[in-house]
This record gives sequence, structure tokens and C-alpha cells, in this order.
Amino acid sequence: MKKVEKREPKNPMENILRMDRIPHIWCAGCGIGTVVTSFAEAIKKNKEDLDKLAVVSGIGCTGRVAGYVKLDSFHTTHGRAIPFATGLKLAKPDTKVVVFSGDGDLSGIGGNHLIHAARRNMDLLVICVNNFNYAMTGGQVASTTPLTANASTAPYGNYEYAFSLPYLAEAAGATYVARWTALHLRRVTKSIQEALNRKGFSFIEVITPCVTLYARRNRLGDGLNLLKYYYEQAEIIHGADTRTVDIDYQGKLIVGKFVEKDKPDYLTAMNNHFTNVLGDDYQLYGRINHEKD
Amino acid sequence: MKKVKADPKGVLTGAHYLDGDYAIAEGGLAAGCRFFGGYPITPSTETAEHFAGRIPKVGGIFIQMEDELASMASLIGAVWGGQKAMTVTSGPGFSLMMENIGLACMMEIPLVIANVQRGGPSTGLPTLTGQQDMMQAKWGSHGDYEIIALCPDSPQECFDLTIDAFNLSETYRVPVFVMTDECVGHMHEKVIIPPAEEIDVVERKWYTGPVGEYLPYKNDKDGIPFLARVGEGHRFHTTGLTHDERGYPVINAECQKVNVTHIIEKIRGNADKIIRIEENDTEGAEIVVISYGITSRVAVRAVQQAKKAGIKIGTLRLITAWPFPEKRIKQLAKKVKAFVFPEINYGQMVREVERASGNSCKVVSVPHCGGWVHDPQDILDAIKEAVK
Repeated sequence: MKKVEKREPKNPMENILRMDRIPHIWCAGCGIGTVVTSFAEAIKKNKEDLDKLAVVSGIGCTGRVAGYVKLDSFHTTHGRAIPFATGLKLAKPDTKVVVFSGDGDLSGIGGNHLIHAARRNMDLLVICVNNFNYAMTGGQVASTTPLTANASTAPYGNYEYAFSLPYLAEAAGATYVARWTALHLRRVTKSIQEALNRKGFSFIEVITPCVTLYARRNRLGDGLNLLKYYYEQAEIIHGADTRTVDIDYQGKLIVGKFVEKDKPDYLTAMNNHFTNVLGDDYQLYGRINHEKD
Repeated sequence: MKKVKADPKGVLTGAHYLDGDYAIAEGGLAAGCRFFGGYPITPSTETAEHFAGRIPKVGGIFIQMEDELASMASLIGAVWGGQKAMTVTSGPGFSLMMENIGLACMMEIPLVIANVQRGGPSTGLPTLTGQQDMMQAKWGSHGDYEIIALCPDSPQECFDLTIDAFNLSETYRVPVFVMTDECVGHMHEKVIIPPAEEIDVVERKWYTGPVGEYLPYKNDKDGIPFLARVGEGHRFHTTGLTHDERGYPVINAECQKVNVTHIIEKIRGNADKIIRIEENDTEGAEIVVISYGITSRVAVRAVQQAKKAGIKIGTLRLITAWPFPEKRIKQLAKKVKAFVFPEINYGQMVREVERASGNSCKVVSVPHCGGWVHDPQDILDAIKEAVK
């Protein structure tokens, strides 16, 4: 197999973006692009092997990330990025698999998969961009919309209690949980770097303004204003008890690295267990990957 | 299409006494399936249980997912990871899989889904038989697409056809269904598993071109694109959206036409190669009984009795339900007086016979709502009525 000659990259992110798909579809002032920048930066700093890194997205605004990163990238069905990624990871354990999707995709329609992948401590990094609403479809209320916030299907304000995603992820078994706002560029980058360097289920929530829908409906100013507002409302408490990190409408945002613990990931646990109970009868799975560790 | 011999690790060579569900698991293992993502549902659980017991000693993954939506999604991921993948389910689970079956059709993913059918609709008759998902297999996911569906009538065929299902799925990059039913699934019979060197397995059509130039939807000479796996430097993209050769979304009617025509015509255009039917005494017959799965075995008695009564009668068994053998039905329709079609549903595949035969002959449906097989007498009565 002959290796194709590579051009000199022009844009600093060109080697991880599909430049032939730019411009992207995100609105001016949206924070998703910022999170992608942090992701690209983390990959660069970590010197990740770009050939061994895959991105899986579901459906929605953040679901489009898979279409813009020049990695093995999969744009799947609504809510099913995590089980798709689970199959991918288990079939090819030496590939690092990142799920990049939105709050509605991951915690609404895909909530069941989120908790089960966390429970299994599946070796996945889930980056959840939370903009508090279903943006792609027009700003409908979500499982993350704070109480009283207005949404197109909650025109008199939301009266449903919202998920606190870090609490949910930790309770379900995630072994790395962090939350930042999109303006915490370096912090997001560092969290992604840390997560990529570990094994197990990592969950990073990034609070992001939805300028066109959530911000406009709730008269919260333009994207930059809201981005700054979230940043200013953020209080960094590393190791905060995730039971205390609920998000109130336009209220204080507790951010930081909440959880980081060692626990064998799914494949390690599986291999250890089968080796113990089956001995030589067991055909060790994913051996290459484990020899590297 | 490259054929190789089965990997002996997965082949349990010998004569066994197995039920259909177990035989499906053995067929999958023999075909090289090393990823099973499933969710328990009666009457299909034995396939998953058997696979879970066998796979650690063969080398591969069994994972019980949180629901059937997840199991289908995990299969598609596993195929992009380079594995051959399968699952098993029954009616309610089949319904839940439908959206991602559409994704598999759109992404052109080879995988195998066995449906051990039970009586429906809804929770229906979990422990009792049915053949009521035949139309759902063809039309269950939204949009236009084609799949392949095979109908075993014995545990031996559960084994054989599961291997064929994998081979067809790899040949055409398409999901293939093994549409069995509770009776065949739970029926114990002798199953002969041949030595590995006697089992032909179609190898995945791997992309072998330059790294970085892989186009996931560029058709090869035979009209079927190559497959690559994750982690090999191609850094490709794929989506459930309408897409071009690169796998990039293109949202317009022109690309939609190319995309949809391709996923349909790769099956319709090869229907003659895919379709398998079993005919007996159809030459000169005035009545032909069409059936599939367990019903073809029940029909035998009615056909014997009809013969005794002097009726010129033949049988046609659908081994392939989809694509439907409409050419052959059309030919026979011009020669016979009537088709008699018993099936354990309110009349599903019989519509295809009506469509294919036009008004050339009578088409007599012998429906059954599920829960048990036909009384052969009912089929005989329909034959006697049809011959009048």
C-alpha cells in the first residue's frame, strides 16, 4: 500500500478538519465550534495518533461534529451514538472512540444508553455539548432545560425538572466527570487530554449558548454575551459533590473536574473475569491493545 | 466475491441434536461472526444464551445491550470496527430495531438479524408461533430500501441459512434477515455441522487501495462498494444522511436519486442470483401450494392427502422471501389453476403472489392468526375449494 503524499497544512487545525466541508452549519455565536477547537487542541497536545481516533455523533447541531473532523467519523441515528460507539470500540479495541453529541441526543432520546455505557465503564469519551434545548429542530424544551426557561414547546416557560448531567453520569458509574463552559477553552482542552489518556467511561459536559433559539427566546442577548455570562457565572469547584451541581435558570454554574477514579474498564474486566474462570479455554480478546498498556 | 474456508475455531463439526435457536448461533459462529449484540426476548433467547457460552472460547464479543435499539446500533459500529456481527430477536424487538436497520441499509452494512417470530401484534403471544413480521422485514423501516430475508424450515436450515445470510450480506453489503418462527426455533432435530473446510465463507470485500483515498460509497465493477474498518488511516466519514461517494451528506433530490436507486438496484438487479426456492411436482400441477418456514412442513400432510384424492398438486417453498421470486410465480400462474398459500398471519406474503400472478390464476390465502400451526385439514379444504 502506497502512502499518499500529504500537503503542508495551512490552517492550524487543517489536519484534523475536513476542510472540504467548511464552512460549517453552526450559527455565528454558537459554542460548538469552540468545543471542537478545544478537542483539536487536546489531540494536538496529546500527540494522539489521528489514525487511531474515531468520532461518533448522533443527531442534532452537535451531531454534525462527526462530519467536520478528519478522523474516522460516524454520523449515526438520533440517540444511538453511544451504543454505536460501544460496538465500534469492542470490535477494534486499539482505537480510541469519542462520542461528540448534544444534550438532547445523549440525555433525552439516548439517556438509556448513556447510563448503561457509564455503568459498564465502557472505554469511551463522551463530550456532551449542553445548550439547554433541542436546537436543530427549533428550540424545543429538553431534558436539560432549566426550570422557567422558555422553549418553543414550553412557550409559557419550562416546569419540568432538568437532569443534572454530572450527577447522572457519576451515579450511573462514569469514572471521569467534568463540566465547563465553552469559554473555558484551556480547561476543556485539559479535560479532553486527561480523558483521552485514561481508560474507562469519561463524561465531559460543556455549557454552550444557543444563540439563535434559546438565547433569543429568553432574551439573553447575543452569543458572545451569553458565552461571557456563563463564564462569569461559573465557579470552579474541583471534586464538587455532583449532588450539588444542579443548574438553575441563569444561575450560578458549578464547573470543574468532579470525578476521577480508577476502575477496570469493560474490556479489562471482561478479560480478567474470563481468564479467571475459564483459564486456558479463554481466547483472550483484544490482546494487542492490552499488551500496549 | 472472495470465498474462503470457515475458521475452524467457530465450527462445531459433528452431528448434534439442536433446536433452531441454537443452530442459528452455531451458523453465525461458523460463518465467522465474532460480535453479538443482543437483548433477551422470547422465543429467541436461546440463540443469545448459546452464543454467550460459546464466544469466550472462540474469541469474540457477546454483549447484552440495554435494549434492541442499542443492539442494532452496536452491530453497525462493530462492522465498522471490522467484525462480522449478528443479533437475534422477536416481534417487539424487531420493531425497536427498525430505525437502525434503516441506518444499516443506508450505510450499506453487512450484518445478520434473526427474527424468531411469535404471535403479534404488540406483546401478543410471546411463547407461541407466528409468521407475522414478513412484511415488516421488507417495509419496517422508513424510506425505500431493499433487504434479503431467508426462511428456514428446520434446525438444520437454521444453521445452513445463517451461514448463507452472512455470505449474502457480505456479497451485497446489506442487512440479511433469518426469518424463522417459534416452532422451528424451539424444535429439536438432528443438525449436521460439516468440517470447517467444507464450509464456504464469503470474505468481506476489504478496501485495499492507497491509505487516505478510501471512498466508502464508490461502487466497484460489480456495483458494490468496498468496506474498510476504523483505525487504518483512511479517516473516512459515513452518515445516515443522503450522501455521495465520499460519504459526505448531500441534501438534494439528485443525490437522493443516485443513493436510493443504488441501495435498491444492487438487490433487485441481482435478484436472480439471490433467490432460492424449492419446487416439487409443479410441472403439470393444477394446484401449487406455496409456503415457507414451519408452514411448509405442515402443508406436506395436506398435499399428500390431496394427491390421494387425485388432485394434481405441487409445492413451492420460499427459502428466500425477499427478494420475492415474482418471475417464477408469474410463469407458474399461467399454467396452474390456483395457488394456495397458507401462512401464520392474516395474509401477508400472499399479496406478493397476487401481485406477481396478476389475474392469470386464482390465489387462495389460508390465513392463521398465530399461536399454533395450521390444521392440515384447513389447507386441504382450501385446496379442494381451489380446484373446483
